[in-house]
Amino acid sequence: MATQQLIKSVPSIPHTPKELERQPLVLNGRGIGWLSDHIAGVAEGRTPKWWWTAFVPSFLIMLVCFSMVLYLMSTGVGVWGLMIPVAWAWDITNFVFWIGIGHAGTLISAILFLLRQRWRTSINRAAEAMTIFAVICAMVFPLIHIGRIWLGWWLLPLPNANSIWPQFRSPLLWDVFAVSTYFTVSLLFWYMGLIPDLAVMRDRAKSKIRQMLYGLGALGWTGSNRHWSNYEKAYLLLAGLSTPLVLSVHSIVSFDFAVSQVPGWHTTIFPPYFVAGAIFSGFGMVLTLMIPLRSICHLEEVITTRHVELMCKVILATGSMVGYAYGMEFFIAWYGGNPYELYAFKNRAFGPYWWAYWTMVTCNVVSPQLFWFKWCRTKMWFVFVVSIFVNIGMWFERFVIIATSLHRDYMPSNWAYFQPTWVDIWQFVGTFGLFMTLFLLFIRFLPVIAISEVKGVTPQADPHHPLGGAKTGGHH
Amino acid sequence: MSATTKYGILAEFETAADTLHAAALVRDAGYQRWDVYTPFPVHGMDEAMGLAKSKVGWFTFFGGLTGITLGYFMIWWMNAYDYPIVVGGKPLFSPIYGFPVAYECTILLGAFGSLGGMLFLNRLPRLHHPVFNSPRFSKVTHDRFFVVIEAADAKFSDAETRKLLEKAGSKHIEEVRD
Repeated sequence: MATQQLIKSVPSIPHTPKELERQPLVLNGRGIGWLSDHIAGVAEGRTPKWWWTAFVPSFLIMLVCFSMVLYLMSTGVGVWGLMIPVAWAWDITNFVFWIGIGHAGTLISAILFLLRQRWRTSINRAAEAMTIFAVICAMVFPLIHIGRIWLGWWLLPLPNANSIWPQFRSPLLWDVFAVSTYFTVSLLFWYMGLIPDLAVMRDRAKSKIRQMLYGLGALGWTGSNRHWSNYEKAYLLLAGLSTPLVLSVHSIVSFDFAVSQVPGWHTTIFPPYFVAGAIFSGFGMVLTLMIPLRSICHLEEVITTRHVELMCKVILATGSMVGYAYGMEFFIAWYGGNPYELYAFKNRAFGPYWWAYWTMVTCNVVSPQLFWFKWCRTKMWFVFVVSIFVNIGMWFERFVIIATSLHRDYMPSNWAYFQPTWVDIWQFVGTFGLFMTLFLLFIRFLPVIAISEVKGVTPQADPHHPLGGAKTGGHH
Repeated sequence: MSATTKYGILAEFETAADTLHAAALVRDAGYQRWDVYTPFPVHGMDEAMGLAKSKVGWFTFFGGLTGITLGYFMIWWMNAYDYPIVVGGKPLFSPIYGFPVAYECTILLGAFGSLGGMLFLNRLPRLHHPVFNSPRFSKVTHDRFFVVIEAADAKFSDAETRKLLEKAGSKHIEEVRD
């Protein structure tokens, strides 16, 4: 059994050779009680100073986000730098950027669950929270980009005074359904994982109010095995449903581009390329958040160097796929023999936006290749710096796809150079405030690591392991 | 409180292996109304308790089936029946263009079916459960394991049941009242 390989120094088990042993998922042989105390402890007690230091600026920047939305609504989309031909500009760039970040959470919670990657348990809760908050940030942009925000409900299949319905042949409408389903299902998945941990918080609560609030969230969870049996089945099924969902969402986002006829967008490589890019950017953001989190909250024994290393490997793999896609796009543009397509790509790399293209290539193709080296994967400050590069690179990827493909369309008299206004810039910066505010509230009030899931992967939880109380080692 | 009734007997265990062993003993003794409470799902406990396979899958299946049916029906009704508009000479309805939306509806209702089915089968949410009356029970979410045999079980007898749980190796046995 896999658990038996996870812990060293238990002589009664016939062992794998020492060099094949894996580093345990929870260091120092910490027991299940320690895990409750330590993880739930992050959300208990007095609010630490670092939290306020991070929260106050985040909250203020979030207010900037709301002010920019109000300014745009009261004045009009002209306050942004977008124009014809670059009508999608920063807003859709930011939308795709945030949606992409949202993909790591479900990948970690669903796909790694189906693949039985037990290391996911230390990071899935925070990654799922990140997903939900990133999707909230993403949804801001298309909603305000429609201009008349008060008519946003026309996107939904609701009866209106004109008796007309949404047009289901449009990929933009597919996107509405994909993103809203993704948000809802991610929320359900996250909440379901939280139920047993809210029960942990309830049973530890010192004040009546905390006990009641956590108790309501825990829905009366007792830890009954009859309940666990249904719970585990439902969790497996949700993972099974979320896996095709997460792949479909960014595929559908890519249809917004690929189903159009714009050179540079109209390619069949877009769905897999977008999905790989989304996972790449999502893991980048997970690392950006987790590396400070694990050291500030002293979670190094649960989010170990091994966890960080594994995430770096995912970044290396997906970064290489993204690099392959960049190369293949150019090859097909040439091989396809379409002069407009070829022009769009030449213009992308050597036209007025060359600086954006090469920033993207440096950050997304070159920087993850450093993770071939173990030193680069295990030095936390280094991983943090690379993860920032990944975030920057993936924002530029979406900007490059949108701005360079649109700014020179079929009629040269239309050609233009898009530049953002201050409203564009603060709107985007503001969503980071929204994101960080939500994430900090999550750290303060909910268990940042799935307590009961991490307990389940310790040797102490394995009834066939000596640490789990087995009288004799080995199999039953 | 005077009018409490006896709910059952609760036995505490310290390790997953002891609990698993105890569960197998209780199952073999032929009890029906009993349960094991653990801080995390213990591998092999379903077999040790003799539980049947979970039925949550049916809820997921019917949720998903409802989703795809309603999704396609909505698209056909809105775009091909109630307000037909020809766009780009394309057919008014086709399962191909309808697929992304109908697919998302399938996943959405399938997910609600899974969570809802789990809660329904577990009879959750509930505001109270008799086991919460035991002050030691709050450790169930921490590091302790409990086996509870209900007094309503046909085979339940104060002395015999207690003896069985003692034999299983429990260091702490108490009565739970409701």
